[in-house]
Amino acid sequence: MPVLAPIGRVFLAFLAATGRLGTFAMTGVSHCARPPFFPRLIGHQMVEIGYFSLPVVGMTAIFTGMVLALQSYTGFARFNAESAIAAVVVLSITRELGPVLAGLMVAGRIGAAMAAEIGTMRVTEQIDALTTLSTNPFKYLVAPRLIAAVAMLPCLVVFADIIGVFGGYLISVYKLGFNPNTYLKLTWDFLEPLDVISGLVKAAVFGFLVALMGCYHGYHSKGGAQGVGLATTNAVVSASILILAFNYIITALFFGT
Amino acid sequence: MSATTPKIALRDLKKRFGDKRVLTGLDLVVAPGESIVVIGGSGTGKSVLIKCIMGLLQPDEGSIRIDGEEVVGMRGSEREKVMRKFGMLFQSAGLFDSLTVWENVAFGLIQAQGMARDEAKAVAHEKMAQVGLGEEVGALSPAELSGGMKKRVGLARAIATDPEIIFFDEPTTGLDPIMGDIINDLIIDCVKELGATALTITHDMASARKIGDRIAMLFGGEIIWDGTVDEVDRADNPYVEQFINGLAEGPIQAATA
Repeated sequence: MPVLAPIGRVFLAFLAATGRLGTFAMTGVSHCARPPFFPRLIGHQMVEIGYFSLPVVGMTAIFTGMVLALQSYTGFARFNAESAIAAVVVLSITRELGPVLAGLMVAGRIGAAMAAEIGTMRVTEQIDALTTLSTNPFKYLVAPRLIAAVAMLPCLVVFADIIGVFGGYLISVYKLGFNPNTYLKLTWDFLEPLDVISGLVKAAVFGFLVALMGCYHGYHSKGGAQGVGLATTNAVVSASILILAFNYIITALFFGT
Repeated sequence: MSATTPKIALRDLKKRFGDKRVLTGLDLVVAPGESIVVIGGSGTGKSVLIKCIMGLLQPDEGSIRIDGEEVVGMRGSEREKVMRKFGMLFQSAGLFDSLTVWENVAFGLIQAQGMARDEAKAVAHEKMAQVGLGEEVGALSPAELSGGMKKRVGLARAIATDPEIIFFDEPTTGLDPIMGDIINDLIIDCVKELGATALTITHDMASARKIGDRIAMLFGGEIIWDGTVDEVDRADNPYVEQFINGLAEGPIQAATA
């Protein structure tokens, strides 16, 4: 059937791409666990991913917390349930919005940079040069980025959680007239350790996905500047989609029952 | 190991990309200390040949022996041991643009041999002096260098670990004739000083005549002529004749090159 052939080709291409990505991920992870390690490179990547992402993650978190408080008030005021605002803000930020928004921001900032840097190294023969100098590109390029991203995303999410809750506090206290002590007490009372832990687990997984997509698309880029541009786009898009998909999966695992 | 064991021995080497057969059964033997130049048009598989020998590409069929040892399919620490015998000057120099010039030159010493940075820096300066670069260049980044200087740095990096076999991929491409000749002289000096075996691929006949002890012509995926530099002008081969004289008319059609 002429209709089935293109569908089959697309399906086979999808399976092949999934297999390539899986192999790449396993190779990358195996190099994270085997010496030699490159502490200088890991440290450099930690600063790039963690420290330099603080402003963008912080800005995103504070405005999200502020909007959340404002919108919750608008809705809950209709049912005289304004006291639930603190719970809505803290649970939404720690469970969902903190990790997801930090993940998406880092995907845009770091995933794109990784794909562009490694992609440029690929098309300018720098990755081949690494191999000829007896240095495994997975160990030198991929493993430090995976380790740094998995370590730094949870730190960023802790920061985003605090800033996001603070954004909600600012609006609730200074615009909506809540008592500061009552707001903080309600926030603390509603917060369970699992809320924070689930967010941190998500953050570690999202960090892995962002670094994996950036490295994978950069490593396999070809065709010069156009290829590097395509790799960058693909890294951001695929990381963003995977973050949203894995967010659902992890949420279902933690809170599905 | 016998004194007559070839440094590099290729037998029936085949490599294809999809439907395109690039190497179709290539045979080539290089003696220790010999400088061989493989000539051929663009797209005839010269770079693929080098990449197969260096393990950057896996041949589909055939044998590659380095010092009598089969290296096709070799992996892990054994492969790394063989890679330590190699040095390579890339067509685009392949310098790491995140590192300074001296760090580029010392890369193999630090990463592959575990040499201390201070000691490696001294060796890097020594090798840079050998290719006519002063210590002040060591602190520059590759982006600040001219094409000729990049080639010099690439050459210094290729010889930094005192390799037994050095590959030169189009060493004079993109350089003016005078700079090209300077690079040729540096290559000859460096190879002689190290007592290394050299395999150069180029389509620059002036470079081939100057660098090589022997010239081999690659066409249609195999070596179609092989002889000394003196013999190349008297070669009774219409393909070689057309190529070395740069004639549009002849058995080599532009579409196949």
